[in-house]
Amino acid sequence: MGSLRDIKNKITSTKKMSQITKAMEMVAASNFTRAEQNAKAFVPYMEKIQEVTASVALGSSDAAHPMLVKRPVKKTAYLVITAERGLKGSFNSNVLRAAMQGINARHQSKDEYVIISLGKVGREFFKKRDMNIALDLTGIANQPTFAEVKDTVNKTIGMFIDGAFDELYMFYNHFVNPIQNDVIEKKILPLTDIETSKKPMSYEFEPSAEEILEVLLPQYAESLIFGALLDSKAGEHAAGMLAMKNATDNAKELINSYSLLFNRARQAAITQEITEIVGGAAALE
Amino acid sequence: MKTIKVSVVTPDGPVYESDVEMVSTKALSGELGILPGHIPMVAPLQIGAVRLISGGNTEYVAVSGGLLEVRPEQVTILAQAAEVSDNIDVDRALRAKERAENLLHQQKQENIDFKRAELALKRAINRLDVAGK
Repeated sequence: MGSLRDIKNKITSTKKMSQITKAMEMVAASNFTRAEQNAKAFVPYMEKIQEVTASVALGSSDAAHPMLVKRPVKKTAYLVITAERGLKGSFNSNVLRAAMQGINARHQSKDEYVIISLGKVGREFFKKRDMNIALDLTGIANQPTFAEVKDTVNKTIGMFIDGAFDELYMFYNHFVNPIQNDVIEKKILPLTDIETSKKPMSYEFEPSAEEILEVLLPQYAESLIFGALLDSKAGEHAAGMLAMKNATDNAKELINSYSLLFNRARQAAITQEITEIVGGAAALE
Repeated sequence: MKTIKVSVVTPDGPVYESDVEMVSTKALSGELGILPGHIPMVAPLQIGAVRLISGGNTEYVAVSGGLLEVRPEQVTILAQAAEVSDNIDVDRALRAKERAENLLHQQKQENIDFKRAELALKRAINRLDVAGK
């Protein structure tokens, strides 16, 4: 057991730490509320574009577009969405582990795939392992707007069309509730399964179905990726909130046990002093 | 007068929602006016202004491309970015315009960046146009 002052120092520093984690928890909480709102605001757009895409792509079977066609796979791309930094519990490690498992199960050589990374943690992770990063975006805001990620997403789709890769998988954390995120693996390109809950409409096409698909499909694929990013952001802030809450609770526990130690040590010192005084007095008699 | 429901949605949320008498847009194939009861239709849009006319008033929404979906009782515009004329940040659009113009001056050769700068310029000019109305 350390001296009284050592324990006192430990208590003060743990208290300071708990103040920081508490503040971080509150920041994450407010980010989370807004991220959830963003994800909600995105829903009408996503639903509508899904509905229209399904109607156009399924309704006109003669319309072919490179993004709808499966081609022999020479190269696969993996888009992985992580957070901008750590201190998020298992948020980053979960998605990275799932991505690694997915990649290792499918490929032997590093030349068979490329990585597209959204978020700094993922970039560092893949860089350290010497994997081919085709594209990366770091410094994504806590509340990303579409304009911010548009360039990267655009390029991703462009690379597929140009044949830089033949399939695109996406790994991200799907926000279930504030204490649960599920890692999702989703195939984005080629667009083979476009699902819709609503009955497809039959539309007139102006000027033609092909030309509409030309505009619609990239927009649809981009919105799939952006939707996943918003989803992941909500999960990220929730995970950050939870991790910081746990840290604060742990700090409180530590402070309690240190206080107990401190009181014991103080009492021991007092008792010793009394014994010394009594001993001294007895020696005088 | 019969009205038709119009909504303009972007990935960052709905931008405009209201009932109007007529929607006038610029599709890739040309100007397109839509009245209530139009047959279901899908058309890609140009970067341009959408005019929404109701009760003698005209409102303008700047859209950067996207898609127009028409149903007999509803019109939906899916754009990656859109602003109602009152909400346009004129300073930002001016800056974007200058930036794009500079880029265009620097590189006259045909490449992707050139195309992108051109699109950026179009969007900026469109925003300024709509804001000025």
